[in-house]
Amino acid sequence: MTSASAATPVIKIRDLVYRRGERTILDGVDIDIPRGKVVAFMGPSGVGKTTILRLISGQLRPDAGSIEINGQVVSAMSRRELHQFRRNIGVLLQDGALFTDLTVFENIATPVREHTKLPEALVRRLVMSKLSAVGLGGIEERMPHELSGGMARRVAFARAVVLDPDIMLYDEPMTGLDPIAVSTIRTLMRETNDALGQTSIVVTHNVSQVRRFADYCYILASAKIVGEGPPDELTASTEPSVDQFMNGKVEGPIPFHYQSPDAPWGLLD
Amino acid sequence: MTAKISNLDKLSGPVTEAGRCLLFLLRMLAGVRFSGQQILSVLQQVYLIGARSLVIIMICGFFVGMVLSLQAINALEQFGASDQVSLLVGKSLFRELGPVLTALLFAGRAGTSVTAEIGLMKATNQLEAMELMAIDPVQRIALPRFAAGAISVPLLTAMFSAMAILGSVVFSIGVMGLDAGIFWSKLQTGVYFQKDFVGGMWKSLVFGGTVSLIAVYFGYSAKPTGAGVGTATTNTVVLSSVLILIFDFIMTSFFT
Repeated sequence: MTSASAATPVIKIRDLVYRRGERTILDGVDIDIPRGKVVAFMGPSGVGKTTILRLISGQLRPDAGSIEINGQVVSAMSRRELHQFRRNIGVLLQDGALFTDLTVFENIATPVREHTKLPEALVRRLVMSKLSAVGLGGIEERMPHELSGGMARRVAFARAVVLDPDIMLYDEPMTGLDPIAVSTIRTLMRETNDALGQTSIVVTHNVSQVRRFADYCYILASAKIVGEGPPDELTASTEPSVDQFMNGKVEGPIPFHYQSPDAPWGLLD
Repeated sequence: MTAKISNLDKLSGPVTEAGRCLLFLLRMLAGVRFSGQQILSVLQQVYLIGARSLVIIMICGFFVGMVLSLQAINALEQFGASDQVSLLVGKSLFRELGPVLTALLFAGRAGTSVTAEIGLMKATNQLEAMELMAIDPVQRIALPRFAAGAISVPLLTAMFSAMAILGSVVFSIGVMGLDAGIFWSKLQTGVYFQKDFVGGMWKSLVFGGTVSLIAVYFGYSAKPTGAGVGTATTNTVVLSSVLILIFDFIMTSFFT
């Protein structure tokens, strides 16, 4: 924490409130994410982790509070500014969300073609280098439905990082994968972050993995941050909510009754 | 959503929906650029939803032409006027049946597939992924399909009418043994290019635009679930068909 850039957080969230109907999803959340770090958001399902990602990416607008990214307030951005801003963030959605009508190559090339005017030969070189960086050289002509879950996730990862974004947002990147694929994605996230000097936010509820890639952790429960710190400290925490979540206990302050997952939001709203 | 809002929605549902649909149209039209990439993707969609509908349109057109001639000859024979069959078939075909039946078939064949495709893209978060890449899915996904539909339907209508005339020729001349010369000369002198054929083309342009707008809008606003996409697909066919027939009556009564 000596240099100025490390001291000012890339993402600064202050007193964030978000409501959906009469339900308060987030109630006064403060988060600082320093440059170059991998930060995990954890918490039980339906607690609003994905909602924070959508607030950061500007898909949702907060009811109160602010999100500043590199000094810019996301909710105050115009459509054009938001457009510009999104070119500098990479997002890996929960199921990868590959375009099913395009080949693997075209999937990864889509953001490149949209945002740069690179000649075709360079586009090709860029896409192939990203594809081989995720260990999948040679599958560029396949269609997404011909890939296994782990491969599809890696292709989606390549697509998310193809323009070398400054900030990466991962939504449950390891959910539903076999242990080898989990390790692959985990390693890719960490190494890409360090190699490109990115700042990453990972939404996950995988406690056992989080120690192996995250620098810092926030635990959300009941619309608030109930604990934060490096993962190892959190595991040893005596704070009841944190202890309950990190160590997977049924009994504790976090009610384990069913909460509906994030409702699908209308793109037109 | 709170209870209050959903009650209000029920009251003003259709109006709200129509307003949203028109805003959606404006949002699409605002993205028209005539760039190479855009033209290319429109052409690709013209192939996928237009050219791929050709076979069904041609088969239906052929049989509609035959059955039309059959009925016409039966009726006209009583007045000894069965040589007028090409006039009756030509007029009713170019003005009404061609545009309407083609649009109905197109709604069933292509409109549904567009709605299902876009709805499924939404359900699998592909549209969200696109927005997050700073690509507007309305312009990238909806616009080419809408434009392709509006372009394809008039072309398909022309094909439908041509096949129907062929069907009429096969039945009237081939089966019923009417004189070919009279058949063609009645068609040539009695059916007007500007009034009958071009008038029908304008209609089919409106139908094509309507069906495609409904198809892309319902796909885009579908609930992102299996059932939601299914409902949206059904709604596309139902609403398209109803609107085609309503618009047909309005246009016929005001513009001819």
